[in-house]
Amino acid sequence: MATLLAIGTAKGLFLATSTDDRRSWEITGPHFPMTGVYAVAVDTRRPTPRLLAGMTSSHFGPSVATSDDLGASWDEPDEAPVAFPADTGVSLGRVWQLMPAGPDEPDVVWAGTEPSALFRSTDGGRSFELVRSLWDHPHRPQWEAGFGGQAVHTVLPHPRDPARLLVAMSTGGVYRSEDAGASWAPGNTGIRAYFMPDEWPEFGQCVHKVARDAGNPERLYAQNHHGVYRSDDDGRTWSSIADGLPSDFGFPMVAHPGRGDMVWTFPLVADGERFPTDHRCRVFRSADAGGKWEPLSVGLPEGPFYPAVLRDAMCADDSTPGGVYFGTRSGSVFASRDEGDSWSTVAAHLPDVLCVRAAEV
Amino acid sequence: MVTVLLPGPLRGEAGGASRLNVAAAGTLRAVLDEMAVAHPRLARRIRDERGELRRYVNVFVDGEDCRHSGGLATPVEDGAEVQVLPSVAGG
Repeated sequence: MATLLAIGTAKGLFLATSTDDRRSWEITGPHFPMTGVYAVAVDTRRPTPRLLAGMTSSHFGPSVATSDDLGASWDEPDEAPVAFPADTGVSLGRVWQLMPAGPDEPDVVWAGTEPSALFRSTDGGRSFELVRSLWDHPHRPQWEAGFGGQAVHTVLPHPRDPARLLVAMSTGGVYRSEDAGASWAPGNTGIRAYFMPDEWPEFGQCVHKVARDAGNPERLYAQNHHGVYRSDDDGRTWSSIADGLPSDFGFPMVAHPGRGDMVWTFPLVADGERFPTDHRCRVFRSADAGGKWEPLSVGLPEGPFYPAVLRDAMCADDSTPGGVYFGTRSGSVFASRDEGDSWSTVAAHLPDVLCVRAAEV
Repeated sequence: MVTVLLPGPLRGEAGGASRLNVAAAGTLRAVLDEMAVAHPRLARRIRDERGELRRYVNVFVDGEDCRHSGGLATPVEDGAEVQVLPSVAGG
């Protein structure tokens, strides 16, 4: 058994493989050089794992490619895998998220895009179709662009109920469906939007990332544009779990895929000061669903540290004990094989890390 | 017949060819539409799903930047040379 760590960067995709239980890594790449790889997925539901990569060339536009041999070769369809229908009058900016659906739908893959939209594939990510119900939502004209662009950056299927699905977008916030995507309702009650005249709107929040708890799928965690929250009712309402963190600002939020109530984040000082808190490289972990937080830094760089970690640039693997990974805008990638207790360097001096995903393959 | 010249990064989408002979003329849109039939992936590198030229791709018809001569409606005569070039962009 090997562990594959896919590292999407501003100038291509790097693939790190470990065959010694995540002690050392061999790296290939860049795959798709000179493209920004904002989305990557390792779909382990298939007999042969499938890698999916969403890349964007600043010249030649966005696309999605798949690999069924762990990145030795890639296949990109002739027709654009993700494209807006002609009547929408818009074109795809980039794919921000590729998310395999639950185990009951082995060929379904979701894509979140810029501009904010959701696409669904029923052929394992080879081709996608726009989810009209979200695109036609009456709130859509009021969804605004954040600094990174206006995008659906999070798609969370429910592991036991294929009818339930949650998306998050910046800005706009959380939207939920309980009818397999036929209709959508905002789920932002309790999430503050300090940058709006009404700080508690129905929608319009700048949610940065949402993660689902492994033990209790009704439990979700959100890193907001200031604010860290938990929901215990599948995203209907939220309450703060920021106490104990050095800051409530940041981008990633990762839940342990096999152990309930464990979650990791990487706080930054503030919206106007996007440096790691205390200028130190530290991951913060909670083992009680956000009640208490502890800093983790054993093996991470000591001394002043300034790079940020983007919303998809932190992930966990499905091994035991759980592995945690994050990459920085300065091109470093760090890994822990003990749930964050200690860390080692996987790679350094890569281009800006945009996303990471890891799995046993 | 029109000759389309391709830049290095796009030749892989045309079997390695640096130039393609396209049996179309009239407008630049007609030439690119015809090229898309045989080379759909090449075509979507140049135009988005609305059919618009991508922002950082430039197309010259007999040496004239099409953005200054009618865009996709730029006339293309039989025997013309259409050159696709990525613009100076990126970091």
